[in-house]
Amino acid sequence: MSARNLKLFGGTVISLLLLAIQPAWAEYGLNLPEGVTPLSRNIYDLHMTIFYICCVIAAVVFGVMFWSIFRHRKSRGVKAAQFHHNTTVEIIWTAIPMLILVLMAIPATKSLIMIESTGDADMTIKITGYQWRWHYEYIEEDFGFFSSLAPESNEARQLKSGIDPNQIENYLLDVDNPVIVPVGQKIRFMTTAADVIHSWWVPALGWKRDSIPGFINESWAIIEEEGTYRGQCAELCGRDHAFMPIVLKAVSEDEYYNWVGDMLVAAMDAGEGADREWAMDELMERGEQVYSTFCVACHQVNGMGIPGAFKPLVGSPITTGPIDGHIDTVMNGVAGTAMAPFGMQLTDVDIAAVITYERNSWGNEIGDSVQPSTIAARR
Amino acid sequence: MSYGTTHEHHHDDHDHKPTGLGRWLFSTNHKDIGTMYLVFALIMFFVGGAMAMVIRAELFQPGLQYVDPQFFNSLTTMHALVMIFGVIMPAGVGLANWMVPMMIGAPDMALPRMNNMSFWILPFAFTMLLGTFFLEGGAPAAGWTIYPPLVIQYGDGFPFLIFTIHFLGVSSIMGAINIIATVFNMRAPGMGFMQLPLFVWTWIVTAFLLIASMPVLAGAVTMLLTDKYFGTSFFVAAGGGDPVMFQHIFWFFGHPEVYILILPAFGIVSQIIPTFSRKPLFGYESMVYATAAIAFLSFFVWAHHMFTVGMPLAGELFFMYATMSIAVPTGVKVFNWIATMWRGSMTFETPMLFALSFVILFSIGGFSGLMLGITPADFQYHDTYFVVAHFHYVLVTGAIFALMAGVYFWIPKWTGHMYDEKLGQLHFWLSVISVNVLFFPQHFVGLAGMPRRIPDYAVQFTEWNMISSVGGFVFGLSQLLLVWVVIKCVREGKKADEQVWEGARGLEWTLPSPPPFHTFTIPPKVDAATAHS
Repeated sequence: MSARNLKLFGGTVISLLLLAIQPAWAEYGLNLPEGVTPLSRNIYDLHMTIFYICCVIAAVVFGVMFWSIFRHRKSRGVKAAQFHHNTTVEIIWTAIPMLILVLMAIPATKSLIMIESTGDADMTIKITGYQWRWHYEYIEEDFGFFSSLAPESNEARQLKSGIDPNQIENYLLDVDNPVIVPVGQKIRFMTTAADVIHSWWVPALGWKRDSIPGFINESWAIIEEEGTYRGQCAELCGRDHAFMPIVLKAVSEDEYYNWVGDMLVAAMDAGEGADREWAMDELMERGEQVYSTFCVACHQVNGMGIPGAFKPLVGSPITTGPIDGHIDTVMNGVAGTAMAPFGMQLTDVDIAAVITYERNSWGNEIGDSVQPSTIAARR
Repeated sequence: MSYGTTHEHHHDDHDHKPTGLGRWLFSTNHKDIGTMYLVFALIMFFVGGAMAMVIRAELFQPGLQYVDPQFFNSLTTMHALVMIFGVIMPAGVGLANWMVPMMIGAPDMALPRMNNMSFWILPFAFTMLLGTFFLEGGAPAAGWTIYPPLVIQYGDGFPFLIFTIHFLGVSSIMGAINIIATVFNMRAPGMGFMQLPLFVWTWIVTAFLLIASMPVLAGAVTMLLTDKYFGTSFFVAAGGGDPVMFQHIFWFFGHPEVYILILPAFGIVSQIIPTFSRKPLFGYESMVYATAAIAFLSFFVWAHHMFTVGMPLAGELFFMYATMSIAVPTGVKVFNWIATMWRGSMTFETPMLFALSFVILFSIGGFSGLMLGITPADFQYHDTYFVVAHFHYVLVTGAIFALMAGVYFWIPKWTGHMYDEKLGQLHFWLSVISVNVLFFPQHFVGLAGMPRRIPDYAVQFTEWNMISSVGGFVFGLSQLLLVWVVIKCVREGKKADEQVWEGARGLEWTLPSPPPFHTFTIPPKVDAATAHS
């Protein structure tokens, strides 16, 4: 190999490294975001410190190596020395890395202690991961809601949709109901999951935390700047893992409490109608809405499911069989499959509506319907 | 060599190879079995590679163009299983089969029939695993880490996945026992443990890691099986089980597994660098101790794969410190390789080029590994493309590059023919450039916020993904060149002498190229000149 080739190789590696440390590039999505919380800034600084230390070590080690490659080559007529150990040198190059590691461990330990200090929170939000949406519950205010991929993104992300993702604003990073929080307050996030493991991650907060069925994990953030911060599920959670984004809006305290007021009113409205008789077409209309939010990801718009992965609803023994079995499946799910229990996720009206919709759509013509009161009685 | 003359007389009488299919089906010959392992690994390399090509095609631009997300998840899962269990591990065992007996002066492996079985399990296991693509529910899609509860949702292929893992475990353990039995019992007179070539040393340590860790995986997947079919709740929260426990058990296997993949690579590089530097390996003893130290530490760092599950502070600190400490013996190895080059008389044939790029690119993977080991920063890095970049640097430009270096280094010995040096170097340069175009940008998208294991992504990640995909296609195509080089070498390469490389030292280089079917039926004498190369 010629010296030119070697230089080319060295040049490629070095320019790639330079590319990474070039600060001007940071804005183009080459580096961690600095974020908007004390934790995220702390983690960012730690990340940069370790990164620069690694760069210096790399420069020294690879520098010596390339020096040797250029100088100690047979084509230059060098005769090989025959030494094969040197205890002093070996002790030195064991000790120095240890020292560097200790220097790295000190700030890392401090950061970690800070991250784990979840006490003294001003407010608490419980985050529950579902396949494939998030549920947010404001513990003190006693309301909650689901947050799913925005409809525009959802349409564009279908296989061969023909829609250019570049034309969709915030493609795959937009939701129907963003989670809204006040700036300047210490917020405690409790993460858990209803079905499989998910991971709640907004890079601007500086961390991600797994949401695990049967566990509650705690994390915290004090958001210092108003704005919209986007993130995604980070733990593989099945087919639509890529399609359950997170949108977090940090607003002023006034704006936040106005929104909380609206949400409380809306929560009262949502429960409305549970005790009255619903007409067939009312149930069908509501059912279609519920279906397209909660069921469509697996069972598809045409109710055909995905062969091998998700069962069809068209002509299925459950949707066309006795209605009791249908109610049971929707409310309690099917163990050992991706069919989740929706009893806790949906209201009586929603469950009644979606069951009625499924029994009377896409060629299913059972003709029967179920009332919210029936669902309430089954709880 | 004093041994040469007796050997020549001896092997003539015994060089009767069996013929036909039976030679391979019933083989108890370490060289033939080594060849079968290597050919198998090469075939699986293209199977796993084809999956990677589909993955990179889908990720070339945002939006879903070619595959359903469920099938995409199957591809990432199967790509990993095939590359880990079907390529790197068998290729490592193949090299061990070929080289360990010749390096220690043994006539064959200690347990030749078991050797046959541990190979022949593999084609059946992988037929079963790949067959799940055609079952209802498709191939496994929960990631190669098969975390519950997700994996429990998976369809008809589930039991096949579990039994495949059992088979692979049995195969690996048999291979490991064989290597230990061979090295402990069949060294030539004068070949003490501290005279063993470093490749043999790394394989002893690897073999112990395999025996210690594979049963743990077998236990974990058996619990998954009973959770799904027999109503147990080991990992089912609703039944009082603990989904996180699976991750602890899995990674107690998984982290040693990482070193199972990389230690033989360290061994190969430790043979090649001294050869082409024409200088003894620097710090032989510290290399041995560093290998053992890495293996020992590998049992105490598993939880760094799962920092985000939520552990007590003390646990996070312990696993962070333990993980960081692995950098010390790993650093020692890199320093020793560079000190070996220092004041050597280097030439740059293809094996050396792959070995040198291994040192640099594996180190880059080591640096990102150190960053990932810093728990607070890992809360950002975890499950992003930064992790994908990290483990592809250590496994592709690390393990795979070292295996390729090994093939170029030893193929003249195996076949008796030199490979085409020009084509070999072309293969190297195409690979080393494209692999960096492929994986380096993944650091950027990962840091910028792209999660791993997603078939579609937000539009700001488009440019780097396109570049990465182009690198991927070039890297994939470049590997066809390797096949061509190997075929050309076997069929028409020019004759290689027994020494092959000017700087080569060790017993294997005292044998003719190709070595006769049975070698060292009379133990050779080991002296200073043939001791550790």
